[in-house]
Amino acid sequence: MISNLRGIRAIYQFEMARFGRTFWTSLMLPVITTALYFVVFGSAIGGRMSEVGGVPYGAFIVPGLMMLTMFTESISNASFGIYMPKWTGTIYEMLSAPLSPLETVIAYVGAAATKSVIIGAIIFATAHLFVDVQVAHPLLMVGFMLLMAVTFCLFGFIIGIWAQSFEQLQVIPLLVVYPLTFLGGAFYSLDMLPATWRTVTLFNPVVYLISGFRWTFFGQGDVAIEVSMGAVALFFALCLGIIFWMFRTGYRLKS
Amino acid sequence: MTAVLQISGLGKTYQSGHTALSHVDLTINKGEIFALLGPNGAGKTTLISIVCGIVTPTAGLVSVAGHDHAREYRAARSLIGLVPQELHTDAFETVLATVSFSRGLFGKPRDPAFIEKLLRDLSLWDKRDAKIMELSGGMKRRVMIAKALSHEPEILFLDEPTAGVDVELRRDMWQMVHGLRERGVTIILTTHYIEEAEEMADRVGVISKGELILVEEKHALIKKLGRKTLTLNLAEPLSSIPPALADWKLELAGDGHELVYEFDSQAEATGVPSLLRRMSDIGVGFKDLHTKQSSLEDIFVGLVHRDNNAAATGEAA
Repeated sequence: MISNLRGIRAIYQFEMARFGRTFWTSLMLPVITTALYFVVFGSAIGGRMSEVGGVPYGAFIVPGLMMLTMFTESISNASFGIYMPKWTGTIYEMLSAPLSPLETVIAYVGAAATKSVIIGAIIFATAHLFVDVQVAHPLLMVGFMLLMAVTFCLFGFIIGIWAQSFEQLQVIPLLVVYPLTFLGGAFYSLDMLPATWRTVTLFNPVVYLISGFRWTFFGQGDVAIEVSMGAVALFFALCLGIIFWMFRTGYRLKS
Repeated sequence: MTAVLQISGLGKTYQSGHTALSHVDLTINKGEIFALLGPNGAGKTTLISIVCGIVTPTAGLVSVAGHDHAREYRAARSLIGLVPQELHTDAFETVLATVSFSRGLFGKPRDPAFIEKLLRDLSLWDKRDAKIMELSGGMKRRVMIAKALSHEPEILFLDEPTAGVDVELRRDMWQMVHGLRERGVTIILTTHYIEEAEEMADRVGVISKGELILVEEKHALIKKLGRKTLTLNLAEPLSSIPPALADWKLELAGDGHELVYEFDSQAEATGVPSLLRRMSDIGVGFKDLHTKQSSLEDIFVGLVHRDNNAAATGEAA
């Protein structure tokens, strides 16, 4: 399945160079957003809020903030990465190259996920300027971050292949993922909600992802860590399955 | 002669129900230059796209140097370079980066010396650090060619390589094609221009409505289709053709202001010099003259018409 390593490297480097061209914007954006969130949520609102489950509110929002940015960045980077060659027509070259679908996915998703992880790390570092955040399970936290980045990049890749216009490219991240993440406990604990809303929220898949990531920080989440891990694995497998199907049928790639 | 590309029973019907290709059989020999001629929408690009792996066929087999292009796609595709008709390029990449990228994509190890030679051959070396969007259309076309050749393919597809290209680039391109052929590269090109096929190809195939209606050696084809007309704008109008010029099959046109002579440009004696001499002898003067090769369009109409007639006769019988 994997034999064209040079092909993978070519696409990976191409994608990283694309990010490199907007390096400072890419770097400054998460720093500024994080700072803004801390000013608004951490200081202005957080000052009036008690601790959440024994964790100071400022520290409590760090995992949610990281996830929120990483989700949107992963989806937009990965979807853009594969949509652009489709849009400009340069995809002819990739389709005519001796490259397997798996190699193609590894290269594109690998590059987008790398960028997401870097952004996640920048947010984490920036957060330390504002609050003291302790990570209870550092290894699990890094693993969770990697898996989330890869999974959402796979999801973005699917959107990039599916999309037939720039509007469609934006629609899912803006109208589905962003609200779901915002309502998925990025900035609050489900315990703060009335019982009815808590039940409704449990239908939001993003709740399980954010809860799992928060667990790696504080050893506690809205749902059990096993449930979170199951949800992550399920989402990962689903995305992989869809991509496999897309390549096998040539869906919106080949006529 | 060994076959480097074998296509059998190839067909493509798009989801819209449009049949772009039906039952195409074609064998390309190693080292030859093959020109695929056809009007727009005839199926030339579909045929190329299938061989290169961009379009999935609905029927038939393609074998590239003995490798099935679907099952052994890595081996098959490694041997092929493609220059598509449209100028699909990245805007922000530099020339050197995009050509090196292509080589890597096809799994070849880096070879800066080879890439430099390639870019120099295509007069792109001076522009190696320029962003592609800063280049002219002709330069972009050169970049596309460099990308296609970056992995040293054995078979090169050129889809309408000279459409909208200036004379200089066209000449360079022809030179390049001949150079590649000397190195043993097989070249398959599509074109609208009969002169181009004449200049470059060893064999010519004519495709119409998704069917390959003719595959022939170039010389045979040119002999068959190489009719030319000579039009003379007369100084004084004629009411009829002078009896002294009866040996040539002439026609009067433009109210007697034009004399039209159709001749075979490949013949030993075209009859043109003797006609002009005779005209001068009998005092028929002309102001201007021009010759016109029967256009490829005319040839297609002829071929397709013949094709349709044959089908009709077949049905009647």
